[in-house]
Amino acid sequence: MKSNKSIFASVPYLIWMAIFILVPLGMVLVFAFTSREGGFTFDNILGIGKYARVFLKSINLSVIATLICLVLAFPIAYMMSKMSEVAQRTVLMLLMLPMWMSFLLRTYAWMTLLEREGLINKFLGLFGIGPFTMINTQGAVVLGMVYNFLPFMIMPLHSIMVKIDKSVIEAAQDLGANGFHVLVRVLIPLSLPGIITGITMVFVPSVSTFIISRMLGGGKNILIGDLIEQQFLGSVYNPNVGSAMSLVLMVIILIIMGIINHFDDEEMEGMLI
Amino acid sequence: MRKTRWGSKLYMGLIFAFLYAPILVLIVFSFNESKSRALFTGFTFKWYEQLFQNELIMTSLFNSLLMALCSSLIAVIMGTMAAVGINRMGKKSKAAIMNVTYLPVLNPEIVTGISMMLLFVWFKNVFQIPLGFGTVLIAHVTFCLPYVILNVLPKFRQMDQNLFEAALDLGCTPLQAFFKVVIPQIMPGIVSGFMMAFTFSLDDFVVTYFTAGNGFQMLPTTIYSMVRKKVNPQINALSTIIFLIVLALLIVMNVVEAKRAKKVEKPL
Repeated sequence: MKSNKSIFASVPYLIWMAIFILVPLGMVLVFAFTSREGGFTFDNILGIGKYARVFLKSINLSVIATLICLVLAFPIAYMMSKMSEVAQRTVLMLLMLPMWMSFLLRTYAWMTLLEREGLINKFLGLFGIGPFTMINTQGAVVLGMVYNFLPFMIMPLHSIMVKIDKSVIEAAQDLGANGFHVLVRVLIPLSLPGIITGITMVFVPSVSTFIISRMLGGGKNILIGDLIEQQFLGSVYNPNVGSAMSLVLMVIILIIMGIINHFDDEEMEGMLI
Repeated sequence: MRKTRWGSKLYMGLIFAFLYAPILVLIVFSFNESKSRALFTGFTFKWYEQLFQNELIMTSLFNSLLMALCSSLIAVIMGTMAAVGINRMGKKSKAAIMNVTYLPVLNPEIVTGISMMLLFVWFKNVFQIPLGFGTVLIAHVTFCLPYVILNVLPKFRQMDQNLFEAALDLGCTPLQAFFKVVIPQIMPGIVSGFMMAFTFSLDDFVVTYFTAGNGFQMLPTTIYSMVRKKVNPQINALSTIIFLIVLALLIVMNVVEAKRAKKVEKPL
């Protein structure tokens, strides 16, 4: 009897969730398939074909950024997992500190560094090198993604690696595995859940960003997020097209996450065999 | 062995240099006399003075703090209640609800933002409810709720389920038992849920950007409009202050945490 009663405590949340999570997502779906006049149409979805290059560029840049994060973060996470508990806590704190500053300010910092008249070019100029065009390039966008989201990769990797029994690694070494084999056969398979969480946490915000591309990419490097933002708050107000784009973005993310999770399953099966 | 250790220290140093160098440059140039972002021409506090006299920034800061407080309080109350109920549910309905709970966490922020904007624009057209504090509050509560629930729910699982019954047997009413026995048990989850909700609300730009409408400014949206106008050393001054506050908070938290860890160790 008591247990039935306490279930009612969650009713306000359930109602809230229905109105403010499910209804809005339903509206995205409805808007994506209706014309401005309100009739059913596929035009919004089909019209996205025009922007295929922007979509491919978004996926391309965020995949690159995610891979760079993974390669940079893996050694850090491993080193951290071998430290004393106090040292680990300190390093984690130092990693989180920049994250607590608004990402707008962090991206702004890079904007000032990469400019043609910026500090990096001025510094290189002292040696007679440059100036280089660094801002408003694809490289700058990738750099912005890596800079903003690197800690999102380190943290899940670290939390899985502290759980790995270090004697497994020693056992592999005793059995004659060299450093490369330990990495590929032992360390990577065991930290796979962390790798997947990290990839998700870097890829999703990267592929949907509109700030990083706008601030560091200039007008030439617009991404999916910029397209969507323009449909809702830009000069070309068109929530129907914007909803269709958001829908496609969600589908892209689902597909890529599906591929990665599939990879996880296969790896696990392979290990069992 | 020693060689690899030296190498790993160097590598870690490089990563931290990468993470901190841009912030350090912002801080240094907040004291720069001229507007140049590459040449340091002289020391000054004038950008700080201008910052504190900038009414837009001060109002936005006030709005952001108020918003963070309101939204995290509402999220904590509603989320804790939700956790009470979800904890008692059957496996299937629990799984279904948790899937929906994860949606705002997994969805790209921009999708959460535009989907709520669609709803709020509809509200505006049908009920004449304008976009502003209210709509942003709803949006923030919505994306904070999952973090509260995800922090509180595990505490229920760790709690001895008999405690509540024991309190009832000893003469508590169910409500008394809840507030005197259950709440203290799940308090760590509530506190960390509140802190997460507060910081996410304070830091959120994307969802606020889409749900605030015209005229209602919060700190991140104000920063965005300042950043778009490019050169403005007040932004550097603001970054420095935020950095110092965050640094101080993290140090305090770490010290408290370390002391608590010691206290737990001692009785053992």
